[in-house]
Amino acid sequence: MDVEILSRIQFAFTVAFHFLFPPLTIGLGLNLVVMSALWLKTRNPLYHNMARFWTRIFGLIFAIGVATGIVMEFEFGTNWATYSRFVGDVFGSPLAIEGIYAFFLESGFLAILLFGWDKVGPKTHFFATCMVSLGAHFSAIWILVANSWMQTPAGFHLAKKVKVTPDGVEHPYSAQLEPGTFELKEVALPDGYILQTEDLDSIRAVITDFWEMVFNPSSMDRLAHTIIACWITGTFLVISISAYYLLKRRHIPFAKASMKIGLTIGTIAVLLQLWSADSTARGVSENQPVKLAAIEGLAESTTEAPLGIVGMVTWDKDEEGTIIGINEHSIKVKGLLSILVSGDFLNPVEASKTEVKGLNQLPPDEFLLARYPGATPEELKKIRPEYWPNVPVVFQTYHIMIACGMALIGISLLGCFMWMTGKLWQLDWKLTRWFLVILVFSVFLPQIANQAGWFTAEMGRQPWVVYEHLKTSQGLSEAVRAGQVLFSLILFAAIYFLLFLVFIFTLNNKIQHGPSDDITGKNLPERWRAIMMKGGRQTES
Amino acid sequence: MDLNTIWFILVGVLFTGYVMLDGFDLGVGALHLFTKGDTERRTMLNAIGPVWDGNEVWLVTGGGALFAAFPEVYATVFSGFYEAFFLLLFGLIFRAVAIEFRSKHPHSMWRKGWDISFACGSIASAFLIGVAMGNVVWGIPLDTNHEYTGTFLTQLNPYSLFMGVSTVALFAMHGNIYLIMKTEGELQEKLRRWVKITIPIFVVCFLIFGILTPFVCPQIKAAFIDRPIPLIITFTLALLVVANIPREIHKGREFNAFLSSCGCMTFLMMTFGISVYPNMVFSNPDLANSLTIYNGSSTDKTLGFMLIIAIIGVPIVLTYTACVYYIFRGKVVLTDESY
Repeated sequence: MDVEILSRIQFAFTVAFHFLFPPLTIGLGLNLVVMSALWLKTRNPLYHNMARFWTRIFGLIFAIGVATGIVMEFEFGTNWATYSRFVGDVFGSPLAIEGIYAFFLESGFLAILLFGWDKVGPKTHFFATCMVSLGAHFSAIWILVANSWMQTPAGFHLAKKVKVTPDGVEHPYSAQLEPGTFELKEVALPDGYILQTEDLDSIRAVITDFWEMVFNPSSMDRLAHTIIACWITGTFLVISISAYYLLKRRHIPFAKASMKIGLTIGTIAVLLQLWSADSTARGVSENQPVKLAAIEGLAESTTEAPLGIVGMVTWDKDEEGTIIGINEHSIKVKGLLSILVSGDFLNPVEASKTEVKGLNQLPPDEFLLARYPGATPEELKKIRPEYWPNVPVVFQTYHIMIACGMALIGISLLGCFMWMTGKLWQLDWKLTRWFLVILVFSVFLPQIANQAGWFTAEMGRQPWVVYEHLKTSQGLSEAVRAGQVLFSLILFAAIYFLLFLVFIFTLNNKIQHGPSDDITGKNLPERWRAIMMKGGRQTES
Repeated sequence: MDLNTIWFILVGVLFTGYVMLDGFDLGVGALHLFTKGDTERRTMLNAIGPVWDGNEVWLVTGGGALFAAFPEVYATVFSGFYEAFFLLLFGLIFRAVAIEFRSKHPHSMWRKGWDISFACGSIASAFLIGVAMGNVVWGIPLDTNHEYTGTFLTQLNPYSLFMGVSTVALFAMHGNIYLIMKTEGELQEKLRRWVKITIPIFVVCFLIFGILTPFVCPQIKAAFIDRPIPLIITFTLALLVVANIPREIHKGREFNAFLSSCGCMTFLMMTFGISVYPNMVFSNPDLANSLTIYNGSSTDKTLGFMLIIAIIGVPIVLTYTACVYYIFRGKVVLTDESY
């Protein structure tokens, strides 16, 4: 295998593993804020107990999130050095801002959240909880801004570095001049300049407008979509563990109260997600039509475009094995995709006449002709598939995400219904027990949806690393060989596998141990005040 | 002063913050296996418990700032030091999760395993950080496009390896002093005895290093001839604060000793910065291909904008970092929340 595929596997693997944890902490953090607020308001020791228990779970997940997160930041440099050089001027700033404004906030207040129970007053502790949650959200925001810029680049232009000698003559960047006899200058290139591989030594993306970069066309949609997904992920952990306790008839008041909070946040979030998903998909249709055609497996441009529910897409290849198109077999609803793309749900008949571009027309001829001037229509047809993502995979990951999302909506609404009718607490009733079993396993649904959605977004972007500017294959490190990547990949696989086993073992330990049910004087507000008077020293309990 | 120089200093400040803060918790890791008994080890872990995570953020932010301000340097160094950086990352991962996992199960094999993982991860991280610094001073082979042309073995030159060993010694001493500050009783007595070993080891490394560097690194020698006064000042200051450490320890003023140790790191980093400026990575053997703060930087627009971000952000960060250290001041006491 070559460096490109190995580096892609490594990046995908390390991101996917890391991406199991931050959504949990972001969502769990939100739940912690609600629980702490309830404790602060009611002073009911039950809420205090809840906050403490869920904080312990939070701490465990957070630690692995941090440990695996550092990897991501350095992998841009280690495996994608050419990419890093090309985009550093634009892409580095959100990462640096994430460090200064999110990580410090998160980790600083995390100390108070985890270890500060007896050191600071309840209000300060609540404040720390809010700050940790805020930091986690900031972190997601900046990383998604950076990622969205790769999907829909904005606020920059391409610039060529040249060497200028004192007599004003511009030499190419590759010219061998005596050090000190020239100055570096960047010459802006015209819009629509098409990057050649040999340009990569001297051409890079240069920022022109920071806020335009931040609010690039896909930022807000993708932010909303991902953050709501995080809320759902963390909340369903709360729901799942609470359902487990209810099934086992352990810590029942605790589990009931946690379940109520979880179901409330979860239901609101899944419904919000429905709205956000629609907006995100519409954004994709506008900014990345190739991606939309790929995720829906749409071959020909058409009006009344159908929406696939479940099915299969395969490559259509000629005798030599070159891809010439796709074969699509799926159960679909005619016209629904057109309606979704137009966004005009009130006039469905009118809306279904919206044309949706298919892969056989995408990317459009002008795009290809700019890269291959004078190509004949037959040649264009042959070249076109090189600009498609891996359609069979993207189609499936997208539909897995949608299926998980729909299942989550169903489960949440049913859960709320059973809660409202009181059936959810009738632990002897067989149907309730079945539903609780479903709730226990529902924790996997948001995780699967997250991973599938992430793969859809990132694989749907291929073959580009910076959409329609830099190809993934052009972004690799020139100094790195396949053997080195293979070595690191094998180590990652081994270490992450071990980590995951230990994580599951430890998480299970914590769940089995459960919350401490003793609601004693220790947790009462008077006690807090007494400890506050003692200043910084911890006291033996 | 131009923006490039300001960012050279700012990135330097971030990495100094990192070695000063994560330095002591890596040092605690280096000493971890020498203590016996669960309570002692728990005490040591809890001495860094609330702060290690925040300390590591300095590395992440330093990396982010390097990416934003000097993308060329970021790309060259990280792709060039490929194996070394992944080993560093694995070291950091292992020690981080060891801290978290160790307390979760009382079984002795479980705890012993994580103790070893914590100590080895810490020592390896400290060592590799030193080796990387050593290579930056010594120089690495770069071509005209600033691509690294050497191999992993190129980085294992004696100079850099010695820098690695010195870094472990420095962090161990730093961690030792921090622990004396955070502990009491029998463990503290033990740590006081250790400091009689950790300080001399570092001082020897430091002296060999200070004397050797100008002779073996021609580019540093050139810097010495070019700007001797600031270099002599920072180096002397480093020497003075190092000499101050045993004095403060002897008088039982651990906090001052810790400050001196922090000061030592600051002055060493300053010496390092002044002697390499305006270069960021030396190219060895062909110095003409070196990466400087000008040919490796982002545009002035990014540097300027990021400066505003930093001017607003850094004071806020320093405020709550200080708050956290203040809240968790005093000796370690093991409670329910402890590791």
